[in-house]
Amino acid sequence: MIYRETGQFRTSYAEDQAIFRLREDRIGIAAILAIAWVGVPLLADEYLLRAILIPFLILSLAAIGLNLLLGYCGQISLGTGAFMAVGAYSAYNLALRLPELPLLLDFFLAGLIAAGVGIVFGLPSFRIKGLYLAVATLALQFFADWAFLRVRWFTNYTPSGSVTAPVLDFFGWVVDTEREKYWLCLAFVCAIALLAKNLVRSRLGRSWMAIRDMDIAAEIIGIRPMHAKLSAFAVSSFVAGLAGVLWAFVHLGSWEPLAFSIDMSFRLLFMVIIGGMGSILGSFLGAAFITILPIFLNQAPAMIGIRLSTAMVSHLEFMIFGTLIVLFLIWEPHGLARLWQIGKEKMRLWPFPY
Amino acid sequence: MAELGPVLEVLLGGLMSGVLYSLVALGFVLIFKASGVFNFAQGAMVLFAALSLVRLSEWLPFPVAIALTIAIMIALAWAVERLVLRPLVGQHGLILFMATIGVTFFLDGFGQTIWGSNVYQLDLGISASPWFLLENLFPGGILVSPVDVFAAAVAGSLVLALSIFFHSTKIGRALRAVADDHQAAQSVGIPLNQIWLIVWSTAGVVALVAGMAWGSKLGVQFSLSFVALKALPVLILGGLTSIPGAILGGLIVGAGEKLAEFYIGPAIGGGIEYWFAYVLALAVLLVRPQGLFGEKIIERV
Repeated sequence: MIYRETGQFRTSYAEDQAIFRLREDRIGIAAILAIAWVGVPLLADEYLLRAILIPFLILSLAAIGLNLLLGYCGQISLGTGAFMAVGAYSAYNLALRLPELPLLLDFFLAGLIAAGVGIVFGLPSFRIKGLYLAVATLALQFFADWAFLRVRWFTNYTPSGSVTAPVLDFFGWVVDTEREKYWLCLAFVCAIALLAKNLVRSRLGRSWMAIRDMDIAAEIIGIRPMHAKLSAFAVSSFVAGLAGVLWAFVHLGSWEPLAFSIDMSFRLLFMVIIGGMGSILGSFLGAAFITILPIFLNQAPAMIGIRLSTAMVSHLEFMIFGTLIVLFLIWEPHGLARLWQIGKEKMRLWPFPY
Repeated sequence: MAELGPVLEVLLGGLMSGVLYSLVALGFVLIFKASGVFNFAQGAMVLFAALSLVRLSEWLPFPVAIALTIAIMIALAWAVERLVLRPLVGQHGLILFMATIGVTFFLDGFGQTIWGSNVYQLDLGISASPWFLLENLFPGGILVSPVDVFAAAVAGSLVLALSIFFHSTKIGRALRAVADDHQAAQSVGIPLNQIWLIVWSTAGVVALVAGMAWGSKLGVQFSLSFVALKALPVLILGGLTSIPGAILGGLIVGAGEKLAEFYIGPAIGGGIEYWFAYVLALAVLLVRPQGLFGEKIIERV
């Protein structure tokens, strides 16, 4: 009763093509945006912003990047962490070596560099697919780990190998409090999410989905597989690269190559699987889930009076992640996003049973 | 040719570690051949088997511990077949692959929860002092580790046994039939579930052997799980469906990465071993997408 389309007529093509066609959806999204932009910064304390909300936003961004590639174009990547690293180190070097460029341009260029690397490592996807491609992207991950550790030029010959981000100065707006950092991340996330949402509804997004569902059939109906796959790699790694810049500059501040190791790639893969492959909303849900679960695991046993060692908690985390992945793949391959959709369907009919 | 001694030593060392990669890759090939599942959890199985063996042998005599570990690996195979593979029958290969990533994480956590996460020494009773070969030909001879030789011998006999098993037994034929086409195999009366159980158990036993070899070399610890990541390019190089390919791929990768480290490593900062195998595999893939010995991939709409 609350949530239904009855009585809402779409009388123009523009209305029919809107992202949120239902009034309820529009109200809902406006409310979420209002809470995110105004409510949260007013209410949340420093810890909540720094430890949960900012990582959540940045990881959502990275998950959107991976989801475009895996969920929409069906090309598996175990190298998302490497794309993030490329973005982070590109931005660092741009800021260091070309200080006259504005920081925002550095961010954008870093994304473009990541996209370029994505295209290069996406090239094998034309010849190889599926599992073989997973190994090709692993190659990038290991190569990037090595390059940023051993090729000292990237880290400006710092003795420890860890580098520190410059002051976040956007045309005079110096981002230094947690609240401002939150707004910065939120701005990027909103912009990219909108872009991604529109992209997957466009001609390009549809060609990705055709490739995902059956590449040979897609080729036969006139979709250029090379074009579709490489564009998916480029866009995905642009977004991942941007997320990498934010992760390094805004969240970590100073970092070393380990911050973008294969663990990061796996975590992002889990976010996409648990959140929902082929869904922008799913990227957010997955990121929230994977960010909050370890914190919950750390706190929950103490609350009910059981003391677990740190090692035990991390092992438990591994086991729970593993089990959840398998369970989601078996029961709900479309993840949390699909559960949300089922809930919405139910709401349309409620309180009637049919 | 005073230079030849060290080069030969590096080459031999590389070949030996290549054999160890092959041992892990073998487990992958077995499962992929028979069930079409790319089992990312092979490395976790290696770690789990080695951990079980080490901890059990603290209390029990060694042969009993081995027997018990094999039993555990079979139980594990049963659980994976029952709880993970059966509900996902007929799914896309990528979904199965991601499911095995889930299994990997579960096993890593589970193994360390019940067996502890310290570094354990695995003593196979082989002397650790190296042998020196060809001392009359080169000054100082060539240094070879007996553990490596042992591992190579085990790997060799394992491959022989598996080839015979695959080619001349009834179960082996059934395995190959299943690998070719699940539905067709089922329709001629091959029990799919049983076959998978056998394959996963065999892969578990291969994992145990690999775990023993690696464990006695590096100590049994969490990093054994990453050995699997080194075995992936070996697999790609050799072709996913070929047992000889896995062995040869291992040798090529092992020798290649050690020689690369020896010759060009100092020039670009060292640590080439970290990615050499992957880049090599990538290069091969671009030329031969099915790997060196894999079956040609034919696709139909």
